[in-house]
Amino acid sequence: MDLALQLLFTGIGIGAVYALVALGFVLIFRATNVVNFAQGEFSMVAAYLMVVAVEAGLPYWAAFIVALLGMALLGVVFNLGVYYPLRHRTYLPVIIATIGASILLANSVLAIYGPQPQVLQGWFDTPGIQLGPVYLDSQYLLIIGVTICLVIFNFWFFEKTLLGKKLQATSQDKEMASLLGISVSTMIMITFIYSAVLGGLAGILVAPVLFVSIQMGSTIALKAFAATIIGGFGDVAGAIIGGLALGVIETFGAAYISVPYKDGFAFLVLVAFLVFRPQGIFGERVAEKA
Amino acid sequence: MSAPSDNMPIPAPAIRSKPLVIRHLPYFIAAAILVVLAANMRFDGYVHNILLQATTFAIAVFGLSVVLGLCGQINLAQAAFFGLGAYAVGLGTNDLHLSFWLCLVGGCVISLLAGAFLGMSTLRLGGHYLAMVTISFQQIVTLVMINAIWLTHGPDGVSNIKRPDLFQTSQSYLAFCVAMLAIVGYLVWHLADTKLGRAMRAVRDNELAAGVNGIDVFRTKIYAFALCALLGGLAGGLFAGGFAYVSPDQFSFAESIVFLTMSLLGGVASPIGSAIGTGLLILIPEWLRFLKSVPGLYLAIYGLFVILIIRFMPDGIWGFVADAFTRWRAKVKAVPAAAALQLKPASIGGDIVLEVTGLSKHFGGLKAVDGVDIAVKRGGVHALIGPNGSGKTTTLNVLSGLYEATAGKIVLDGTDITHMPPHQRTASGLGRTFQNIRLFRSMTALENVEIGAERPGNTMVGKGDDALTERAMEALTFVGLGSRANELISSFSYGHQRLIEIARALASNPTLLLLDEPAAGLNSTEKLELHELLKRIAAQGLTILIIDHDMTLVSEAAQHITVLNFGRRIADGESMAVLRHPDVVSAYLGSE
Repeated sequence: MDLALQLLFTGIGIGAVYALVALGFVLIFRATNVVNFAQGEFSMVAAYLMVVAVEAGLPYWAAFIVALLGMALLGVVFNLGVYYPLRHRTYLPVIIATIGASILLANSVLAIYGPQPQVLQGWFDTPGIQLGPVYLDSQYLLIIGVTICLVIFNFWFFEKTLLGKKLQATSQDKEMASLLGISVSTMIMITFIYSAVLGGLAGILVAPVLFVSIQMGSTIALKAFAATIIGGFGDVAGAIIGGLALGVIETFGAAYISVPYKDGFAFLVLVAFLVFRPQGIFGERVAEKA
Repeated sequence: MSAPSDNMPIPAPAIRSKPLVIRHLPYFIAAAILVVLAANMRFDGYVHNILLQATTFAIAVFGLSVVLGLCGQINLAQAAFFGLGAYAVGLGTNDLHLSFWLCLVGGCVISLLAGAFLGMSTLRLGGHYLAMVTISFQQIVTLVMINAIWLTHGPDGVSNIKRPDLFQTSQSYLAFCVAMLAIVGYLVWHLADTKLGRAMRAVRDNELAAGVNGIDVFRTKIYAFALCALLGGLAGGLFAGGFAYVSPDQFSFAESIVFLTMSLLGGVASPIGSAIGTGLLILIPEWLRFLKSVPGLYLAIYGLFVILIIRFMPDGIWGFVADAFTRWRAKVKAVPAAAALQLKPASIGGDIVLEVTGLSKHFGGLKAVDGVDIAVKRGGVHALIGPNGSGKTTTLNVLSGLYEATAGKIVLDGTDITHMPPHQRTASGLGRTFQNIRLFRSMTALENVEIGAERPGNTMVGKGDDALTERAMEALTFVGLGSRANELISSFSYGHQRLIEIARALASNPTLLLLDEPAAGLNSTEKLELHELLKRIAAQGLTILIIDHDMTLVSEAAQHITVLNFGRRIADGESMAVLRHPDVVSAYLGSE
């Protein structure tokens, strides 16, 4: 029982990371109708930026800001270089281009930084606190806390601010939005920047828990995508619930079934959902419209 | 109802083409020469290995040209299927001491089944799902190869893999692989012009239109995907026999990306492109070996290539060359003459061709169509009209199966089609056109119409490709576009594209033709032509259900009119009487 509680905590912590990346997927999908397969690499690049900045001697908070600014810039470059030139084509070329971008990003980092995994310090000096039978790791607490804050921020931003409403309008009907004087290309640019920062944040948060490695991007992206399907594709709440659920399933699977196949559980859950409930828990937007 | 059609039959007989085997003889001669060369020329070991790698990789990339090029579906796990075939041969010949041939076939079957399973679980959904699921599958296969040491020998890989007795020397084995490449290449090349290949291209260009033209979209995609997996497995088996050693890193996700890049670079639509792409991407890295000294640099360049090719050369190298060639050839190619189009609508049922009772379609709380009854008499033109938002197009979409009815019953010529998917309704005799034209845009006018003619259950088409072309030519000639049959859709005006869509439906010899606002977007001359065409179709006894806003067209063409407003039927009866009906007048003009 104590072990189960401990695993639940860890699972939610890791699931929160998947949820953040999944949120980035969903936001870009809603704005552009395209899945960005390089979303996971945003996390990986941010983690490396963080490592570089910390090694350069910046204080942790400054390194954090530098890394997130770098991600915003990457979001801009990504939109201009990969998505924007293909925006009038069908989804297939865009998917392939984002896959190309994902390969390019991962291997550029590999070429520059080498294959050796890096270690990033956690934000806090205290490793954690003991609460009854459960040990609460400080970094996991931070991840969960930041995710809760971001979910609240996200709700406030999209529902209560004018910019958020413009973004929503763009994702629902681009032509109409542009007729109402909303600059669609600006809105898409903002979406890419926001998603890149979100993915970057997830990468920086999870880096002290995992190793900072080239593979972390694709691993996180696969889990996050599975999370979006489990939750219901294109649904913000679904992405978060799906992410948390997947983190918990995976942690329990690794503890009770098999460690080497930990990364396989996400796939099995994914296929089970595709076969039995393709619309996900919250059931929305199953296939592309005609 | 067998009035002679008044379209002008062209007396010249259709040109019969020579049998395929003779037309394609040069290909087989060239292939035979290559096989003989591979068997007899002396290569050093290095050149031999490169040739063997190129040959086996090209077969795997052919698979991608089927799934991605012909059918427009993505597969990011080709290296995994390649690996399944390779491990089947490796483990089978080494651990189990089975015959090479048995293992090769076994590997193909395993890949095929894995591909079919993945396809069945995912292909009903959008393309993004397929991309992610194939990546996940790729990761799983890699995980198993590395971790299931009892089965796969783990990271050490499998060595000492046997070859068949017949091809023990590496020279003869290479010749055998080249021969396999030639055979698979021929089949893939020819696939595009078979019924299945046309169905795949139709699915790629427009899934919705493919469905209403009688193609089972889901099954076609599964065939394409499973075929791709099968070719991956075959290629992997040949690869394992050739190199006698396999290890997990040869079948990683990175290799899947290499396969994808090969396919995109050469041109995804054709096996020739696949061969070019494979050759280039095996040779270029050999020339630029220094790139491999920096880990990652090499794949980073691949990634960049993918982005650049997609942006600047979406059809690849061969697509670029072939496009110019087709343009030049399309002008020279003679158009076969056609006889007059015969429409012989089937008539099993009684006087009523389409009987719709209590049809409803609700979207959540919105009752788009609410308890509508329609009875379409055989041999007549029946119009369905109503103001904007009255539920006309929804009704048509429910009739053709694009939407599932919430309630009610649809009987076509005695068959209950209420719960059939679109392609089965088409097989039962339904034909339709779309308000916003849905043609297969990468095909010629003739190919578009051929897909219509290929409708399952079409009794007006004889056996073989020639009969199909003949039927399609007749339909195109009927709408007046016979002389432009071999032009691509993009070169036709909007009005002509609409005519092609009608020809596509006519070629299928439907029992009932649904026309969704055929006059929308046409100018006044084109509308007159359309009106004439409708008369000629009706004169052949084909029943038509037409939706349109153009009151002149409707009142002149239709004998019977049903009027919808707010999803309900407000009037039904003989044309002139309905148009004078006070409810109809107030629905259109408003009441005081």
